Amino acid sequence: MSDQTMTIHLKIWRQKDKNSPGKLVDYTVDDANPDMSFLELLDWLNERLMNEGREPVEFDHDCREGICGSCNLVLNGMAHGPMQGTAVCQLHMRKYKDGDTIVVEPWRARAFPHIKDLVVDRSALDRIMAAGGYISVNTGAPADANAIPINKYDADLAFDYAACIGCGACVAACPNSSASLFTGAKIAQLAHLPQGHPERKKRVVSMVDKMADEGFGDCSNYAECEAVCPAEISITSIAEMRREYFKALSEIE
Amino acid sequence: MTASNNGVLNSKVPEGNLQDKWDNHKNNLRLVNPANKRKFTVLVVGTGLAGASAAASLAELGYNVKAFTILDSPRRAHSIAAQGGINAAKNYPNDGDTVWRLFHDTIKGGDYRSREANVFRLAQVSNSIIDQCVAQGVPFAREYGGLLDNRSFGGAQVSRTFYARGQTGQQLLLGAYSAMMRQVHTGKIELFPRREMLDLVKVDGKARGLVARNLTTGEIERYAGDAVLLCTGGYGNVYYLSTMAKNCNATAVWRCYKRGAQFGNPSFTQIHPTCIPVSGKYQSKLTLMSESLRNDGRVWVPKKKGDNRPPNEIPEEDRDYYLERRYPSFGNLAPRDVSSRSAKYVCDEGRGVGKTGLAVYMDFADSIKRLGVDAIKAKYGNLFAMYEKITAENPYEVPMRIFPAVHFTMGGLWVDYNLSSTIPGLYVLGEANFADHGGNRLGASALMQGLADGYFVVPYTLSDYLAENLHSEKIGTDHEAFAKAEKETMERINKLLSVKGKKTVLDFHRELGELMWDHVGMSRNKKDLEMVIKKITGLREEFWKDVNIPGENNTLNKYLEYALRVADYMELGELMARDALDREESCGGHFREEHQTEDGEAVRDDENFCNVSSWEYRGDDKEPVKHVEDLNFEFVTPTQRSYK
Repeated sequence: MSDQTMTIHLKIWRQKDKNSPGKLVDYTVDDANPDMSFLELLDWLNERLMNEGREPVEFDHDCREGICGSCNLVLNGMAHGPMQGTAVCQLHMRKYKDGDTIVVEPWRARAFPHIKDLVVDRSALDRIMAAGGYISVNTGAPADANAIPINKYDADLAFDYAACIGCGACVAACPNSSASLFTGAKIAQLAHLPQGHPERKKRVVSMVDKMADEGFGDCSNYAECEAVCPAEISITSIAEMRREYFKALSEIE
Repeated sequence: MTASNNGVLNSKVPEGNLQDKWDNHKNNLRLVNPANKRKFTVLVVGTGLAGASAAASLAELGYNVKAFTILDSPRRAHSIAAQGGINAAKNYPNDGDTVWRLFHDTIKGGDYRSREANVFRLAQVSNSIIDQCVAQGVPFAREYGGLLDNRSFGGAQVSRTFYARGQTGQQLLLGAYSAMMRQVHTGKIELFPRREMLDLVKVDGKARGLVARNLTTGEIERYAGDAVLLCTGGYGNVYYLSTMAKNCNATAVWRCYKRGAQFGNPSFTQIHPTCIPVSGKYQSKLTLMSESLRNDGRVWVPKKKGDNRPPNEIPEEDRDYYLERRYPSFGNLAPRDVSSRSAKYVCDEGRGVGKTGLAVYMDFADSIKRLGVDAIKAKYGNLFAMYEKITAENPYEVPMRIFPAVHFTMGGLWVDYNLSSTIPGLYVLGEANFADHGGNRLGASALMQGLADGYFVVPYTLSDYLAENLHSEKIGTDHEAFAKAEKETMERINKLLSVKGKKTVLDFHRELGELMWDHVGMSRNKKDLEMVIKKITGLREEFWKDVNIPGENNTLNKYLEYALRVADYMELGELMARDALDREESCGGHFREEHQTEDGEAVRDDENFCNVSSWEYRGDDKEPVKHVEDLNFEFVTPTQRSYK
């Protein structure tokens, strides 16, 4: 807990709607607290703006615990800011120095249409999931949960991939705006579980094709996605996705 | 305020032995044949565990489902933040667990303020939930032999909790979400993200639709259906600071209350003992540390008031492990309400730690000595990392500082055994209803209840209602009831926007939250409750005269969304205080200072309050009317909870 305050200069992307031009607008918060989260700094700024009769900055946020994947800000060019494995809601101002300037921008990708200020539409990710990110089992049908033993290595690996929070930072960081890390994580999770095997070929083809349809680019192994992923999903998921895809293509008549 | 029991509340609990009730009931529920299912449209509001599981299951059955979420994706619902686990009576560890025991623990944990039949059904379907989730690919923790691992959680004496690292809620929600997205793909579910339900539409007394604000464009949209399922979670954000996500709110529930759905036990709030303490005024929410930590963490404060030494310099003899001292048999695993209240007492005595004095230590030094750092890291690594991220302190070296925070609301819209509210066609699932947790929810039971309601209860009970309404007239959104609801909603929005006062929404929410936390929180008394009702009334009047909402309606405007929610909290907060005032006993999370033993333990009054208080709205200028549902314990005998 800190009694110090710090001055933070912000350059925030303001844009009324997708049809209006946007621009960076300068703000200064001179009483930021090192224990504030970055989103609390924006709350603090918004309070001030509203008291001055100005319009607050719109941004998406919800759990503020790094798990819901709502928050999506690019700080000084880095998706989710400078801390590895951390969503921006869990980034605290103590990571910055008094007097720092932070440029705040939304996710930018063709597949994420702009809505307002820092808010974009990420529903393309849901549509990739709808294309095959599941095991087709109806409620009530399953066998006993312990009927299929799963070796711990695969179970743990599946978990590592399942930890994706669907925030889209991988897309924002990728020079190609590819959603390969997001898509690969789900494919790899289900490929490592016996429950996922019956649909594995169909799944990978339909999810990968959907990703392209939605306007996401392809992967060129920049690995920027892995560097910014708050859930620390490994790019081995992309390798797994490709392997699954080639296997599926070679075996599907 | 008058108490009455005019027969409005019929719990519809089926006859027969506890073990047979649900099966018998299922035998008697009417079915809708497959060709007719596709004639029905069900509106599901909220896409957390309850909403996503219900939407998926109903769509699989062939109903048309429209699903609404205030967030940009259904996967972000706050169920995602649950850490610890989900209970089931599988008895995989062979440690003596049974359906009966899970039932008994849950009803006892709820301090005998829930319905036997509901809780027993919950325990009965718990095992199917685990089967369902594993089949969906939920990566629960496993042992080296490949089978599922279990742990003991929240004071249970058996290991019946299934978990997925510290992210159980996330993995369960992603399972339900994926089942839901599969139905989106088939076209059986139509998804409406960034929509907020702002009113219920009733025709001839039945729920027939809703109006929702499109949060991107501000348009008020109309949706018609044959039934409405509210799966909108709890109302803990009334307290401003809570572990709830920022967008969790009570508006859908409150609007249904104002349309005639009764509100059960509104004062029953759970204050979770292990959260990261408040650090400053800018604080926007609180973060829970899973109570699984209490399996290995020892809770203590200094024996002496104002002992400011760093924790590692305070010797054993100067420490008070107060939970172990007061509750030797349960120790650090005492139930949530008991642990929270104990933390409050030691802080009230001036023995709290940290800068604010509103915190206690949870210390892992002994466990690290006993099990080694690696074992602790394997169990709690992500929780420790989260703690360090937020506080900049390393819990492997210094004890965590924790304090209670609002976490869950056991109260909610009153529902019968079928999960139907007092409005026909309006069903309430998950945390939004009042049903299964009584006065206090046990750890790892919320996930169980959300999924039980959605996967295994409502698909059966809703078919009974729809079968009965097979020949009802279809209502279109051009019906006058929709026009009226839309008009009233627009008037409310325009009125709020036109105030243009001086205080922000946040100012009001903070003020309300402080009143609620101080007087309708862990410890309550008559004098304060009477005072707080007056203060909330005053604050509400001030809100409508002096709130300043920026911007306009016809665009994304989060502070307008927020203002609409806070306006409803102002009314709900008052109802919570009224209910707390009316319930002249201490039970579960509801502690009335007038009703305690000499050493500060809660005293329940089974003679007068072995019941559910269910409140009926009678108009903005009238006091709500209380109805009572008596709880009849046929199969268990209520005893005073003792964790000593």
